[in-house]
Amino acid sequence: MNVAAVFFYLFSAIMLASAFMVIAAKNPVHSVLFLILAFVNASGLFLLMGAEFLAMILVVVYVGAVAVLFLFVVMMLDVDFAELKQGFLQYLPLGSVIGIVVAIELLLVMVGFTQSDAALGAGASPIQANVSNTEALGLVLYTKYVYLFQASGLVLLTAMIGAIVLTLRHKPDVKRQVIADQNARTRADAIEIKKAPSRAGV
Amino acid sequence: MTDGWLISLLIMLGKSLLVLVAVLIYVAYILYADRKIWAAVQLRRGPNVVGPWGLLQSFADMLKFVLKEPVIPAGANKGVFLLAPFIMAMLALSAWAVIPVADGWAVADLNVGVLFIFAISSLGVYGVIMGGWASNSKYPFLSALRSAAQMVSYEVSIGFVIITVLLCAGSLNLNDIVLAQDSKFGVFGWYWLPLFPMFIIFFISALAETNRPPFDLVEAESELVAGFMVEYSSVPYMLFMLGEYVAIVTMCALTTILFLGGWLSPIPFAPFTWVPGIIWFILKATAVFFMFAMVKAFVPRYRYDQLMRLGWKVFLPISLFMVIAVAGVLQFAMAQGWR
Repeated sequence: MNVAAVFFYLFSAIMLASAFMVIAAKNPVHSVLFLILAFVNASGLFLLMGAEFLAMILVVVYVGAVAVLFLFVVMMLDVDFAELKQGFLQYLPLGSVIGIVVAIELLLVMVGFTQSDAALGAGASPIQANVSNTEALGLVLYTKYVYLFQASGLVLLTAMIGAIVLTLRHKPDVKRQVIADQNARTRADAIEIKKAPSRAGV
Repeated sequence: MTDGWLISLLIMLGKSLLVLVAVLIYVAYILYADRKIWAAVQLRRGPNVVGPWGLLQSFADMLKFVLKEPVIPAGANKGVFLLAPFIMAMLALSAWAVIPVADGWAVADLNVGVLFIFAISSLGVYGVIMGGWASNSKYPFLSALRSAAQMVSYEVSIGFVIITVLLCAGSLNLNDIVLAQDSKFGVFGWYWLPLFPMFIIFFISALAETNRPPFDLVEAESELVAGFMVEYSSVPYMLFMLGEYVAIVTMCALTTILFLGGWLSPIPFAPFTWVPGIIWFILKATAVFFMFAMVKAFVPRYRYDQLMRLGWKVFLPISLFMVIAVAGVLQFAMAQGWR
């Protein structure tokens, strides 16, 4: 067994275990932390496959930004999870029926699914020799898939604008900092120098 | 076959250990320098008792931390509470695996070295959040929330600054980025001059990313006592401190590599190019740290809303614009055949 295989089993085992703990952990913050561990191990698996750029981007985007905000929200939630889990078992029959139906549907689709050789060839873009991973990705992303790339950028932009529009509120009773006014202050209108004669005061 | 594998593993271990020890000793003296510079600006003497001129102060502090009793608050989430400082210190140190201190002198010469450091430094926020949350106390919690917002905000502009450097260098490998700055102009060929506004933005964002004053709202002692570290004592506290200072040194090294030509000699002819690259590297990183220390000594702390405004409304538009401008200039230069 070579080194890569050892690391593959290590990363996979930790990832599966932590993915299980995400749903099994009692404390929601622990769940998020296990989710982060799963992300990090997924990036390790990417590294083993030679997709070093994807691995790093996974860490930067998911672990460094998305999961931070996730953790941020979960930490602020004040939910009594013991109370939430009170009537958990009464939904078990219905839940398991839905789960089984979905699983059977997925199986039916997967079994009947075949891919034509033409479609397989169209999607593949083999990496040229002596071109690094990042460069190869850039070469297809900005040429072959440039419209899809731009479109996904637009989707993200729309989501961002939507989030800002939904949450930006100017409450009338909150004191706001007006930076322009603060920067416009000069020495003359901010301080006043007075001579204080001794034994007399100002 | 297996023998060669074992030997390379041992060599790798030896290299890692060497880098680790060197970084730790450097950090010990950076800590001392920080206190001395701060003291000098305020007309104090600073640490001067342990060893000649107080040179052994950091080691005495370390011994003190190790010998004290670690106190774990009763309401704390014990596992996460103890995990947080380890994560902080381990992440900060692991960034040094890819930093080349001289031509090819890196433990791992990664193709995506810049991204690795960026990823590692973006993970640094977890130490703070976990520590703040697990302490189960109000001040650390407020501090953790602040730090999460602050570090995520400034990462964005750091990312764009790094992109402009990558556009110029044409590589994500730290070694190649330094070599791309090698020209016959010496100090004027490094990226700090052509990318001057980005150099300033990077420096300020690095201060914010490492929670250095004037952006140390995470541990603003006048309002949050000591921020996320309030409940920590002994070795866990030391690990937090260590992680913080190692991250600062990493940022100094990264500034050196991206903008100040890494190990290259500032004057590109004979007597100066004989000096080993590592000496230039250490001199430059120390000079950058001197700037960090001076900023700490004479800039008052920012207000939190000013900090957020600076990150999102000033640095982000400027760096976004610069990415487009630099890409445009490079494209034009390439079309003209100058590059």
